[in-house]
Amino acid sequence: MSTGVAIVGAAESDLGSTGLSTLGLQTQAVTRALSDAGLTLADVDGIATTGVSRFSATQLADHFGIVPTWTDSTFAGGSAFEMFVARAAQAIRDGQASVVVISFASNQRSARTRRLGGVFEAWVPEAQFEEPYDPLYPASYYGMAAQAYLHRYGGTREQLAEVAVAAREWALLNPEAFRHDAGRITAADVVGAPMVSSPLTVADCCLVTDGGGAVVLTSLERARDLRRTPVEVLGYGERTTHTSFTTVPDLTVPGAAGSAADAYRRAGITAADVDVVEVYDSFTITAALSLEGLGFCGPGEALDLIADGRTRPGGALPLNTTGGGLSYCHPGQYGVLLLVEAVRQLRGDCGRRQVRGAEVAVAHGTGGILSTHATVVLGVAR
Amino acid sequence: MTWFTPGEVPPADEMTGEWWDATREHRLTVQTCGCGHRQHPPRAVCTGCGRTDALTLVEASGAATVDTYTVVHRAPRPDVATPYVVARVRLAEGPVLLTRLMAEPAIGDAVTVGWVDLPDGRALPVFTPARPDEETP
Ligand SMILES: [Zn+2]
Repeated sequence: MSTGVAIVGAAESDLGSTGLSTLGLQTQAVTRALSDAGLTLADVDGIATTGVSRFSATQLADHFGIVPTWTDSTFAGGSAFEMFVARAAQAIRDGQASVVVISFASNQRSARTRRLGGVFEAWVPEAQFEEPYDPLYPASYYGMAAQAYLHRYGGTREQLAEVAVAAREWALLNPEAFRHDAGRITAADVVGAPMVSSPLTVADCCLVTDGGGAVVLTSLERARDLRRTPVEVLGYGERTTHTSFTTVPDLTVPGAAGSAADAYRRAGITAADVDVVEVYDSFTITAALSLEGLGFCGPGEALDLIADGRTRPGGALPLNTTGGGLSYCHPGQYGVLLLVEAVRQLRGDCGRRQVRGAEVAVAHGTGGILSTHATVVLGVAR
Repeated sequence: MTWFTPGEVPPADEMTGEWWDATREHRLTVQTCGCGHRQHPPRAVCTGCGRTDALTLVEASGAATVDTYTVVHRAPRPDVATPYVVARVRLAEGPVLLTRLMAEPAIGDAVTVGWVDLPDGRALPVFTPARPDEETP
């Protein structure tokens, strides 16, 4: 099935430690993605972005000199961009926009803006009832989820470390990856790294880098006249589960399951049809829970699924083929880069890390403290 | 208790004032609806049935079990000593609270409420290992 909408351009901004401004990085991402599509800013009538300012899409439209007929600045952390694909597809089908750019960029590494406790908003209930206890936001929530998961299913810390070990293997194949030249790591390296919020060490946590990306969407009909092979949006779904550390009854049950089920149903596929998987790996446990939510295995089976190098280069389930947030790039809201890589894999653009014959890809974003979950299924006809 | 010195806690609002007032007397309460639903933190609407006129605060036993926890090794504010234990505890009445524990527990451990007084007269609930006669089934 198809939504009748396609991704026709995709690009990264400069990544890593850039010394550039957020809007400078946004400009790189957007103009490179448009150039990839063979389009220009004059073609764009829809903008979806976050992390620019309080008026994110408005700010970006002003910066580019565009008066959009449609915008979206839904703030849903790292999953926002997968949600934007759904909104954009609906807007394009409905005729409210014809060419939509979805983008994000951050200079958080250069600007040193990341805080361990998160952003403090004195008026939300969490400020009275949770922040006084000094949880790290988001690391302590993922630490508690990992603790609960390993306790419930009896997995080992070393098994969970495989997520980071496999990510590094992919990064070694990706010249753009922050850890491209950092060499292999072992499970013992991950487990033995300095503890952040137990059982998660600094090697279980995503990078803090600058970076950004953009994708360009239009109707499949128009896409057929453009320069690149269209990547069809086959399906999408999302779940929004909580903001509090205490809402969800069981931290081992991810909202990804509902999100993925909706996306697969729209696309008319099952997990078995997916050739390449790009999931949010803010932490090793995020990726493990997402694989279960996405139906690649049952609850409690993710650590067996990823064993024996199955998600490494050459494995049966290619996962986070850039090196992921753990070894490639994590600018704070990483979800747009999941889409960029999924598109590149489907087009066969990925050089040494290319998954051969990839026809269906899933990009799955997670925001906040396992708060928001959004799945996009993409496909290309070969 | 000297093992935990909280930072500044924001003031209560009209939805949470009564809950915080009970803490001044070291009483732990749980918001309970006429429909039987219990929830935390207190709010103006029941998430079980949607009513806004049937919510009251009911005294909790103070007994809880450790749902999950993490030992934090990096301080989010300058004057907090590491490592320390942050946990989710499930009250015997049902709702889950985020809290501090004095020492690293095991998941499923029985714990009981204790109090850390704040400079403004309110108190923060924290949890310590339950004595055997207090253990919840
Ligand atoms: Zn009710």
